[in-house]
Amino acid sequence: MARKPIQFRLNGKDEAVFVEEGQNLLDALRRQVGDTSPKYGCGQGTCGACTVLVDGEPRLSCLMLAESAEGASIETTAGLAGAELHPLQRAFLDGFAAQCGYCTSGMLMSAKALLDRNPSPTREQVVDAISGNICRCTGYEPIIDAILDAAARGAGRRSA
Amino acid sequence: MAKHRGRGVATINYPIGMNLGGDPSQALVHSNPDGKFGVALSSIDLGQGMKSVTRQIAAETLGVPVEDVYVDTADSDTGPHCMGSFASRGTHRVGNAVIAAAKEARAVMLEAAAEELEVNPEDLETDGKGNIHVKGAPSRSISTGAACAAAQFKQGRTVSGRGIFLIPLSDVDPDTGEMTPVSCFAHAALVVEVEVDDETGELSVVEMNSAYELGRALNPKLVEQQLVGGAWMGLSHAAFETTEPYYPEREHGPVDYNGYPMPGPGDIAPHNISVLERPAPDGPYGGKGPGEMCANPVLPAVANAVFNAVGIRVDTLPITPERILRGLKAQGGARPQARR
Ligand code: FES
Ligand code: FES
Repeated sequence: MARKPIQFRLNGKDEAVFVEEGQNLLDALRRQVGDTSPKYGCGQGTCGACTVLVDGEPRLSCLMLAESAEGASIETTAGLAGAELHPLQRAFLDGFAAQCGYCTSGMLMSAKALLDRNPSPTREQVVDAISGNICRCTGYEPIIDAILDAAARGAGRRSA
Repeated sequence: MAKHRGRGVATINYPIGMNLGGDPSQALVHSNPDGKFGVALSSIDLGQGMKSVTRQIAAETLGVPVEDVYVDTADSDTGPHCMGSFASRGTHRVGNAVIAAAKEARAVMLEAAAEELEVNPEDLETDGKGNIHVKGAPSRSISTGAACAAAQFKQGRTVSGRGIFLIPLSDVDPDTGEMTPVSCFAHAALVVEVEVDDETGELSVVEMNSAYELGRALNPKLVEQQLVGGAWMGLSHAAFETTEPYYPEREHGPVDYNGYPMPGPGDIAPHNISVLERPAPDGPYGGKGPGEMCANPVLPAVANAVFNAVGIRVDTLPITPERILRGLKAQGGARPQARR
């Protein structure tokens, strides 16, 4: 199969990889780049585990062609923490917002997209922002609380 | 056409573990020369907290800080045998096995320390912070790391321990059918308030209030996490999830999340939980563990609440709008029951 070179920025660093025609971005990130922080849940756009930010917008990377990431700026959970954990990560940890952890990466990115554009969301806005992310373990409540907690700690302002 | 409120209650008596040919789990504990301890288990952590709770149990029994214990559940080929992480058995069965193994390892660690301090092992105690000292004379002390290093490099001892916990097979009395399948029960009661729309058949949960008795809550935050998430799963089974929704043929069942509905973050209801701690006599530090019981009471409570709201008994799960509407049609409309 023909392979195509693409370039994009991933968590602030330049990346250049060869991708196959029809390959999705999730697969390219995990296999070509080696960033396994976006998770493969369903591969059909229904679980949200693969959520990444593309030019600041939450996108399901399993549904996006890798080729169309050419020139984009992509953020994944692997790039969230600096010297310290991102306030969202801290709030998830403190609030016991993960059990098996499979949804966590996607939840963090959906939450970051929300807080970046709306630093102090209401509970309904948080629910809305993660309504495309399935969690099998927590019952969502601790996740919603953690996102509100992160907002209260200034997560949105910091990353805006 | 109206929306009807209803309230339902369910209580459960929940057996911990199972008894199909006996229910054993094993644990192996050993120290490294730096005084850190490894606990080898084949009891897999699915996110319920198996590693955290066995780590706490091992540290408590060994008398060392929790940071000094590493739990490895990675390899069921080389790890000691475990029946598995199911039947709500983890905390109880595996926890007891870890206590047994950690006690044996602790005894050797104290013997090693006694030899270094030139005292009897019976005269020693641990401070839980990484030190072993003579009872009543805290200055005569040695660190757990130094004791383990001495065992390894000077005395030629392994600071290690084996543990098993077994609930043996209980035979059935052929005359009476009597048996003792389990030794330990947990308990729960749950009240749920629902709203049923008699035009659309839609069921929504307004509020849940519950009480769980699960022995000592060895890690209260993990217990709370289990109870919140487990109740969501119960609600999901009560009203949403099925692999055979509408068709008699299995091939028409859902194969992905598009066809397999589950409640999302917008469908959850406030859930007020109280945890009653009555330490179990045969549980590790009194623990039984929440396990599957978190989900169980929600299902009958929701079914009862639907009856209370509109007077129909839905006896097939999940309680979908379609089933409610069929029931209402057969009955000739909603018949709200007396509010309880
Ligand atoms: S893996 Fe992309 S939405 Fe499930
Ligand atoms: S923590 Fe397991 S799926 Fe969300």
